[in-house]
Amino acid sequence: MELDLTTRILKDPRYQQLKARRSRFGWWLTLAMMLVYYGFVLLVAFDKPFLATRLGAGVTTIGMPIGLAVIAFTVLITGFYVRRANTEYDALTEQIASAVLK
Amino acid sequence: MSARMLARILGALGFLGAATAAIAAGADLGQAEKQPTNWTAIGMFALFVVGTLFITKWAAAKTKSAADFYTAGGGITGFQNGLAIAGDYMSAASFLGISAAVMVGGFDGLIYSIGFLVGWPVVTFLLAERLRNLGKFTFADVAAFRFSQTPVRVFAASGTLVVVAFYLIAQMVGAGQLIKLLFGLEYWIAVVIVGALMMVYVLFGGMTATTWVQIIKACLLLAGASFMAFMVLWHFGFSPEAMFAKAVEVKSGIAAAAGKSPADAAAQGFSIMGPGGFIKDPISAISFGMALMFGTAGLPHILMRFFTVPNAKEARKSVLWATTWIGYFYILTFIIGFGAITFVLTNPQFLDAKGGLLGGGNMAAIHLANAVGGNVFLGFISAVAFATILAVVAGLTLSGASAVSHDLYSTVIMKGKADGAAELKVSRITTICLGIVAVVLGIAFEKQNIAFMVSLAFAIAASANFPVLLMSVLWKDCTTRGAVIGGFLGLASSVLLTLVSPAVWEVTLGNAKGSALFPYASPALFSMTIGFVGIWLFSMLDKSSRSVQDRAGFVAQQVRSETGIGASGASGH
Repeated sequence: MELDLTTRILKDPRYQQLKARRSRFGWWLTLAMMLVYYGFVLLVAFDKPFLATRLGAGVTTIGMPIGLAVIAFTVLITGFYVRRANTEYDALTEQIASAVLK
Repeated sequence: MSARMLARILGALGFLGAATAAIAAGADLGQAEKQPTNWTAIGMFALFVVGTLFITKWAAAKTKSAADFYTAGGGITGFQNGLAIAGDYMSAASFLGISAAVMVGGFDGLIYSIGFLVGWPVVTFLLAERLRNLGKFTFADVAAFRFSQTPVRVFAASGTLVVVAFYLIAQMVGAGQLIKLLFGLEYWIAVVIVGALMMVYVLFGGMTATTWVQIIKACLLLAGASFMAFMVLWHFGFSPEAMFAKAVEVKSGIAAAAGKSPADAAAQGFSIMGPGGFIKDPISAISFGMALMFGTAGLPHILMRFFTVPNAKEARKSVLWATTWIGYFYILTFIIGFGAITFVLTNPQFLDAKGGLLGGGNMAAIHLANAVGGNVFLGFISAVAFATILAVVAGLTLSGASAVSHDLYSTVIMKGKADGAAELKVSRITTICLGIVAVVLGIAFEKQNIAFMVSLAFAIAASANFPVLLMSVLWKDCTTRGAVIGGFLGLASSVLLTLVSPAVWEVTLGNAKGSALFPYASPALFSMTIGFVGIWLFSMLDKSSRSVQDRAGFVAQQVRSETGIGASGASGH
């Protein structure tokens, strides 16, 4: 990429905004995913009886909905990021592109 | 370098004796007994082969340039790519291995599958779109973007080839065992068929054929698994509680029959509803989790798929689709595993004299297919399992071939002056070589326990490829020297620690129990740390003139990785 194009993008306040917002959002969501997964793994490692607690009179344990919830959370958090990136961040990117690529 | 090192390690492992089952780490397909020839399954598989060969013919007509060969010309949509990525991930080992793990351990199987899933959001948040914006054909394009090309490419190609080699051997041995089991063919015939068909797909159809084979297989596998899970749930009136209750009853009955007291038998039956022995100590748990989570973000054949879509938007959509399908698939395998407890373990038709599954532990899903859908559906699932391996090895071979032709030949040897036709020729020659090597190693490793190989591939990907990729993209002070030294340290430490871990040192190499120097199930926690610290330390110490250039290049790289402005459009024609 030519240097002046880079300089022009760098000067665009929308670029700084895009970079800061997306990076913050991405790292927060990464942290959330790590907390959920490693929380689950540590629960498995340290408190097995809790996960084997029965829900009500049947044999279904609390571990089952928790496990499924981790799977659902993984898909939903990905969807959450992609939705915002494909609308908000891409709109910002297009504005920057149309401003600098004239 | 690492081809020689690899040869030495493989040689060291090659002559060592037989082994018993290792821990779950590798979704091992295990040793299998040859079964009577299954013509229904062979017929269905033949249909799949004919169909995919037509696709390859169509793809071959479209595969003219290097960009077509490596990335299908960038013309794959996010939805299609999502299915293809999911297909790469839903290997035969994960379909048969996880459903078998659920049948044996219940909840433990779920823990295992969750580990494979949770890397995807991290890939999405930190890497997917940046990869698409910076790269063209291979992940080395991204890792070497602002660095001195030769050393970084050599490292990336080594990382790719080592990961591909271990993954490929695991798949080939799995294919041979599985086909012996499902089709009643000889082991070596199965391995040769897989090698030959895979070469045809990759050689003639390049990424286009490889992607479509993977998409078709993913659809067939998802449809077949959905049908099985549906039949199981339908039997229990769509009540998971009824299914769990029956499974606990079956497991308790088995324990009682083995001579346990009623109270012990009931406790053992109920143990499938909670975590058991799968995760023993927290360090192994975290380390194993890291290998699975970050290994996903460093597998070359998966990373390559991000370059087959036209832009960052489609790249993000692909991971969302992939995550959705994979998550859905793991829920299905969980239901299938419980279905196997209730349908297969209760039916003497599927059991041997000792109460084990006919054909070995990994037959859970296959027998269940027979139980819920009869012989024709059994043939269908067997054919899909074969197709699965075929599609995965094609993707692996393609990524190995592009590391050699694009990174080593074109960039390192020809200094970027190779023309597209010559590069394409080199990648085709490499494809043939990799195919032959895969067949030979597949046959050589027939009797070996290869359970550790898939988890080793994940550990190397997490400790070598992922740190270099992440630091080069996100850390401005990263330099060529830091990336290369840190990357090789991560690579070497993950291989060495695996070699002296219980799964290899004791189980595969046959040393005395307790003699392994490294006590944990996975090296990732340590080797990833070594990789990251190595990159950081040697970058900070780097005061060379190159390092000034490396750091100065960060801003321009970041602008492009964030905006995609200036990125090659649909992988540039």
